[in-house]
Amino acid sequence: MIKKALSTFLLILLASASFHSQAQEDMDIEKIRAMGKQVVADRKKGNCVACHVIEDMEAPGTFGPPLIAMSARYPDKAKLRAQIWDATRRNMLTSMPPFGKHMILTEEEIDWVTEYIYSL
Amino acid sequence: MIRLLTFVSLLLLGTVSAWAQTTDTTPAEDREALRKFFQSKFPDIPLDAYKDGAYIFDPKARAQFEEIEEFPPWEFDVEEGEELFNTPFKNGKTYADCFENGGIGIAQKYPLWDEKRQEVVTLPYAINLCREANGEQPLPYEKSDLLKVQAYMAYTSRGKRIEAPEPTGKALEAYKKGREYYYSKRGQLDMTCANCHLQHAASRLRYELPGPLLGQTTHWPVYRSKWEELGDIQRRYKECNKQVRAKDLPYQAEEYRNLQYYMHLMDVGLEFNGPSSRK
Ligand code: HEC
Ligand code: HEC
Repeated sequence: MIKKALSTFLLILLASASFHSQAQEDMDIEKIRAMGKQVVADRKKGNCVACHVIEDMEAPGTFGPPLIAMSARYPDKAKLRAQIWDATRRNMLTSMPPFGKHMILTEEEIDWVTEYIYSL
Repeated sequence: MIRLLTFVSLLLLGTVSAWAQTTDTTPAEDREALRKFFQSKFPDIPLDAYKDGAYIFDPKARAQFEEIEEFPPWEFDVEEGEELFNTPFKNGKTYADCFENGGIGIAQKYPLWDEKRQEVVTLPYAINLCREANGEQPLPYEKSDLLKVQAYMAYTSRGKRIEAPEPTGKALEAYKKGREYYYSKRGQLDMTCANCHLQHAASRLRYELPGPLLGQTTHWPVYRSKWEELGDIQRRYKECNKQVRAKDLPYQAEEYRNLQYYMHLMDVGLEFNGPSSRK
């Protein structure tokens, strides 16, 4: 239900995007990041914190590197998204699940997660 | 699908440069390579310590474990197991009649390749085969007296070393199937056993420590605090498969028996210390 509400919200957001002022856009990106953060923390969704240290999140794991300074390390957001979508393309032996390729997350959720991770 | 060999050899690259594994490596060679892998990763940990699993990486949990083992939660199961073991079947025979040395001090040899049956036989599987051969119903592999009988038999093997003849022919094929299973990616999360138990054996998955492949077969059955009872290694296989959202297999499926056979062969020479407890 939450998911449905969120996607309705996003549709409205997209439909009204052209009328938005800069201030509103900043607010919108904050909302997207918040949704991304939720997916990242949710055990049944991203559960990224099981393997990565992420700012403000409790009980992080250490399988992967801490997710910090991401926009500096991934200036190209598409590369960051690609890493989340299918980490095995860069490293065949990786333990990181291919969230897009195996449909663990929806394309939309991966967009939100990318925005959030990019902001770290 | 990633093959073991790619997996181990890539992981080992740079650490054991002289070693290049191919699918034709023997169990003895695999065992050697695996030990080198852990030794180079954790030079301070002696081989004999691996029987204690993830506790070798976690001194706090280890202290807790040692405290628990002073009044082991599996003690009564062993006592009851001994009684069950010695209680004759309806036909007057007992478990002792089915096993080498009357079933005493032999748990460290399981799972083994059964030449007559042409399949891998684990200890709980052997206990049920014994029951069936004597006209008794087989017991469930979880939450049943079977685990008590297994616990008693394991207890009589404490301190012995894991043993197995080097497999050939069909046994070697079974070994290879188990090995293949271990290093294949599976489940929606697309992980191999090796991702957690080789590559990240000492990493945290939230609070959990996966622990190393080496030494995972030495101490069963295990009293897990989470289960609040004894369970066998295959119960944990099921949980690990669930964790990666992979297909669950029934207890003693051929795949699981072969997998266990592979893991057993990696542990040859380590001390057997079942039954044991884990958090
Ligand atoms: C089961 C473990 C695991 C989970 C769950 C996981 N990762 Fe990873 N991640 C890793 C590992 C290990 C690496 C290291 C690179 C590699 O192995 O390819 C990594 C690398 C990364 C990188 C690249 C970091 C860098 O420094 O280049 C990003 C970005 C990333 N993960 C994001 C995520 C996000 C977002 C999620 C959740 C949607 C997630 N990870 C879930 C294990 C995991
Ligand atoms: C996502 C990570 C992950 C994967 C993949 C995984 N395991 Fe595990 N495994 C764990 C964790 C974590 C524990 C320890 C659980 C605990 O402490 O409660 C564990 C425990 C075990 C144990 C018990 C160890 C002991 O000494 O008590 C065995 C045996 C085991 N795993 C075998 C396997 C096999 C075989 C596979 C592949 C079919 C596998 N695991 C795949 C994470 C994993």
